[in-house]
Amino acid sequence: MTTETNVERVLTDEMVDQIKAYIPRYPSKQAVVLPALHIVNEHLRYVPHQAVVEIAELLDLAPAQVQDTLTFYGFFKQDKPHGRTRIWVCRSISCALRGGEAVLDHLCHKLNIKPGETTPDGRITIEAAECLGGCEFAPCMLAGEELVKNLDADSAAAYVDGLK
Amino acid sequence: MSEFEPVLLANIGKEDSHTLKVYESSGGYQAFRRVLKEMSPADVIELVKASGLRGRGGAGFPCGMKWSFLPKDHPGPIYMCVNADESEPATFNNRILMELDPHQVLEGVLIGCYATRATTAYIYLRYEYPLALKRMQGAIDELYAAGLLGKNILGSEFSLDIYIHRGAAAYICGEETGLIESLEGKRAWPRIKPPFPAVEGVFRKPTVVNNIETLACVTHIAARGADWFKSIGVPADPNNPRDAGSYGPKLYCVSGHVNRPGCYEAPLGITCRHVIEEFGGGVWKGRKGKAAVPGGISMGLLTEAEWDTPLDFNSLAKVGCLGLGTAAVTVMDETVSMVDYLHNCCRFFAHESCGQCTPCREGTSWALRMMERIKAGKGRLKDLDLLLEIGDTIGIIPGTTICGLADGAAWPMKNAIRKFRDEFEDYIKRTNPNGYMETKPVEALEVIGLH
Ligand SMILES: Cc1cc2nc3c(=O)[nH]c(=O)nc-3n(C[C@H](O)[C@H](O)[C@H](O)COP(=O)(O)O)c2cc1C
Ligand code: SF4
Ligand code: FES
Repeated sequence: MTTETNVERVLTDEMVDQIKAYIPRYPSKQAVVLPALHIVNEHLRYVPHQAVVEIAELLDLAPAQVQDTLTFYGFFKQDKPHGRTRIWVCRSISCALRGGEAVLDHLCHKLNIKPGETTPDGRITIEAAECLGGCEFAPCMLAGEELVKNLDADSAAAYVDGLK
Repeated sequence: MSEFEPVLLANIGKEDSHTLKVYESSGGYQAFRRVLKEMSPADVIELVKASGLRGRGGAGFPCGMKWSFLPKDHPGPIYMCVNADESEPATFNNRILMELDPHQVLEGVLIGCYATRATTAYIYLRYEYPLALKRMQGAIDELYAAGLLGKNILGSEFSLDIYIHRGAAAYICGEETGLIESLEGKRAWPRIKPPFPAVEGVFRKPTVVNNIETLACVTHIAARGADWFKSIGVPADPNNPRDAGSYGPKLYCVSGHVNRPGCYEAPLGITCRHVIEEFGGGVWKGRKGKAAVPGGISMGLLTEAEWDTPLDFNSLAKVGCLGLGTAAVTVMDETVSMVDYLHNCCRFFAHESCGQCTPCREGTSWALRMMERIKAGKGRLKDLDLLLEIGDTIGIIPGTTICGLADGAAWPMKNAIRKFRDEFEDYIKRTNPNGYMETKPVEALEVIGLH
């Protein structure tokens, strides 16, 4: 796979090194696809097509193989980066029983976006999530790395207001 | 019962319970050291077989037997895949173990890998558990530093590496062959079995897949013996040759409409009512209970009258549920509409079906469309029969799909409509007085939350 010389590369040396560090862990380079997607996503907050091409190069795969895996998981965005904080609001049964859907509706209404969308200022992405495994704290949401517990519409809104 | 002393949760609550120092201060890794010195791998398999330990990930397969299916004298490598994908709604016991006592789990991984001669273990960890990731990685790092992982552990012939592999928010990665495909860097499409992973698993090599809690149990079996394990729980029913018994302690999660949601430890076989009343502190707000999910939503539904059913591997089928599943109980009080409950379940499975098998892909998505329509006041009585037809025909049990996700999708439909038919009919008649008798095709609504 050669890329045209005028295409700007998106993987930094740091990302490439991080990806390469995973290769010795597995007997096949293809197994590094998911870790590589996560690495790129952590840096860029999305995985553009050019990154797919470059990951494929690093792992001796066809870009289509990487793209095939990527699209299976609704997790990696390709058109534009997700917000600085990506918030997963649980809508599964234990949260729904304690008002989880109202939390999701309220946040979407407040930010004027639909689940899966990002605020125009790039601050927040709201996602509808299935069970986050925090059901004893229902309703809950995962904001970046933080599990935000025992929410109601108001406390969720206040939390979001506090985000940069 | 009152004498039961928790083992799986014994360390939890101690300060810094996640560190090697605290874990070792109460005898941690002594069992592994003894196994390594005194037992052969075959001895360990026999020990686990004798304990009667059955998998805690949902299927309840006897653990020692699964290990003994690995080919004998295989040149290797053999892999261990630790299933930490825990995505069954209402289930969080694996998370608690990984966050608060990761070494208890890792000691089980070490013993399990020694027994099965696996030289690499991959922990497939769901994306949504960032703290578990930190704690498990921290614990693994401590083990390398202490010489308990890597080459020739404690001067023995045994070498092991453990790597964490993060998922990307897809329930199907918990199904063992979906997990394997995902680990290989592909879409998580479950494989047709046989071959089973023990014969041909990840990277086409013999592979053991075990759940986090199963491996934590292995730690205690190695420390306290098979007889101790077998003295807890429910013995096999002598009149049922297919019951392998329900031995050992179990972590029960309780959530939903209870006063004290949480994760509690008890012998296998306590009743659902015990979990709700004694652990969960009863139904909240002084209300009456209406129904409960017995072991994650895939297992179906218990009416309040069925709450005295023991939560073990054998009893739930007697009340029409799929099985014990993850022993995660979700309680619904008298105000909950079964239409909402079923809609929520159908949405989950329509979203999580991997799409390989037509009955599952189409069945789950049409079930959601029908539930959307019913919920929106455009339901027909006929829809209930259509939903039952889907429920009765998708899954491994009727034999139409590759994996058990479809069985999990079917059970809520079958149980809810059969156990609460009057409520569904009343709802449809009340909300669609002019159209409930319609039998001709009607238009679908726009459905949110479907792939
Ligand atoms: C759709 C589906 C999802 C599953 N999800 C999980 C899971 O998240 N964690 C788990 O341990 N087992 C899960 N299982 C069960 C696994 O396929 C497998 O039986 C289990 O990991 C084996 O480990 P055990 O014998 O120690 O229970 C799932 C099964 C199905 C059909
Ligand atoms: S049963 Fe459903 S989830 Fe399982 S392999 Fe088939 S389509 Fe995929
Ligand atoms: S149902 Fe919301 S975290 Fe489990």
